Amino acid sequence: MIEISHVDKWYSPTFQVLTDCTTSVAKGEVVVVCGPSGSGKSTLIKCVNALEPFQKGDISIDGIKVNDPKTDLPKLRSRVGMVFQHFELFPHLKIIDNLCLAQEKVLGRAHDKAMTKGMALLDRVGLKEHAKKFPAQLSGGQQQRVAIARALAMDPIAMLFDEPTSALDPEMISEVLDVMVDLAREGMTMMVVTHEMGFARKVANRVIFMDRGEIVEDALKDDFFGKPRSDRAQKFLSKILSH
Amino acid sequence: MFSNFDFNVIIRALPYLFYEGMSFTILLTALSALGGLVFGTALALMRLSGYKILGRIAGLYVDFMRSLPLVLVIFWFYFLVPYIGQWLTGASRPISVGAFASSLVTFIMFEAAYFSEIMRAGIQSISRGQPAAASALGLTYAQTMRYVVLPQAFRNMLPVLITQTIVLFQDTSLVYVLSITDFLGAASKVAQRDGRLVEMYLFAAVVYFTISCIASYGVRRLQSRIAILR
Repeated sequence: MIEISHVDKWYSPTFQVLTDCTTSVAKGEVVVVCGPSGSGKSTLIKCVNALEPFQKGDISIDGIKVNDPKTDLPKLRSRVGMVFQHFELFPHLKIIDNLCLAQEKVLGRAHDKAMTKGMALLDRVGLKEHAKKFPAQLSGGQQQRVAIARALAMDPIAMLFDEPTSALDPEMISEVLDVMVDLAREGMTMMVVTHEMGFARKVANRVIFMDRGEIVEDALKDDFFGKPRSDRAQKFLSKILSH
Repeated sequence: MFSNFDFNVIIRALPYLFYEGMSFTILLTALSALGGLVFGTALALMRLSGYKILGRIAGLYVDFMRSLPLVLVIFWFYFLVPYIGQWLTGASRPISVGAFASSLVTFIMFEAAYFSEIMRAGIQSISRGQPAAASALGLTYAQTMRYVVLPQAFRNMLPVLITQTIVLFQDTSLVYVLSITDFLGAASKVAQRDGRLVEMYLFAAVVYFTISCIASYGVRRLQSRIAILR
């Protein structure tokens, strides 16, 4: 579904953020990307739907190259859901309008159909009664669940999560992870940048460990948590799992 | 000076001052603000578009307009536009556009430079995550601007935009140099006709002061309300 091959990215000629990144996410697979901060994991996931440009290599989604200038990027992006660290709900729109905007303007759905779909998804993430509120009236965890519902409203073929729980208070993390676990169990193709190793253990098929812009380890979940091959991944795991 | 201050002069002139003068002033202010906002937003988008040439053109335009005195631009347009019209249409004589059309075009062009800077600041105040989220949903650049960025930028900047419009409201009195009957022009005409300079100019000042003050107060109220909503 998502093919990443030999991607290099430089912020400036002397500062390379991604070095020869190659991996893939198969249909229905859940891949967790972890690593210390500054390792390039968020940059990599943003390259997948071309929110960040990259200079070398190829990324394709469902066979369509994202780095081909001829690709209709808005159309491709509309098929890939993305959830951000800081939610990025549109603060001037009500919750339900956040869910309807792209359905109507991008997919051309009729307003009542978009509303029905939006309400069903809000119900699914447990926020139906908040439909008429504005984002600022919701807690962080609720906003992030709305953001997931907003992405799902586009009927995506895959979902990208960029540190979806990093900006949340600890007591709100599980309500977001629960939604994501459900999604994973339903067979959604997911690429998730996160430090939540509990989530990785529960639903991930594979775990990718990045450090200094490189993919250091790309292993099946059990292999990764059992005995990571690289020193760096072992150190990282021992640090975040010791508490 | 005030020994023979005559309120009746003012009262008799009221219908003329407001029906002819103030309605013109308000019409010119409203249309100029609207046009200036649309054109100014376009200039701001050009400057932020990432296309160097577009940005340079808009930047030069803004700097140019902000470096000229408004009265000069009003004169300039009034005398130049007919010749430009003649040149464009190939007519044998300069095309008369009338003082109103000429002053309206002037104010739109001039105010656009100021509104564009306000809108630019407003657009830059939106976090980069917002357009990223909009793009990620599949919205095009134009849709992202129209439905996500500009509504927020406009809302954030509304108090500043209204403040600029109050300045514009006062500046429209400069059309007096084209002997247009705006509010000040009307007051001036009555003053000359009746020889009542003190009454008419004092009254005009009071009216401008009152309207601007009330509007400024409204802006402060609005600011505090917006602050709560965010």
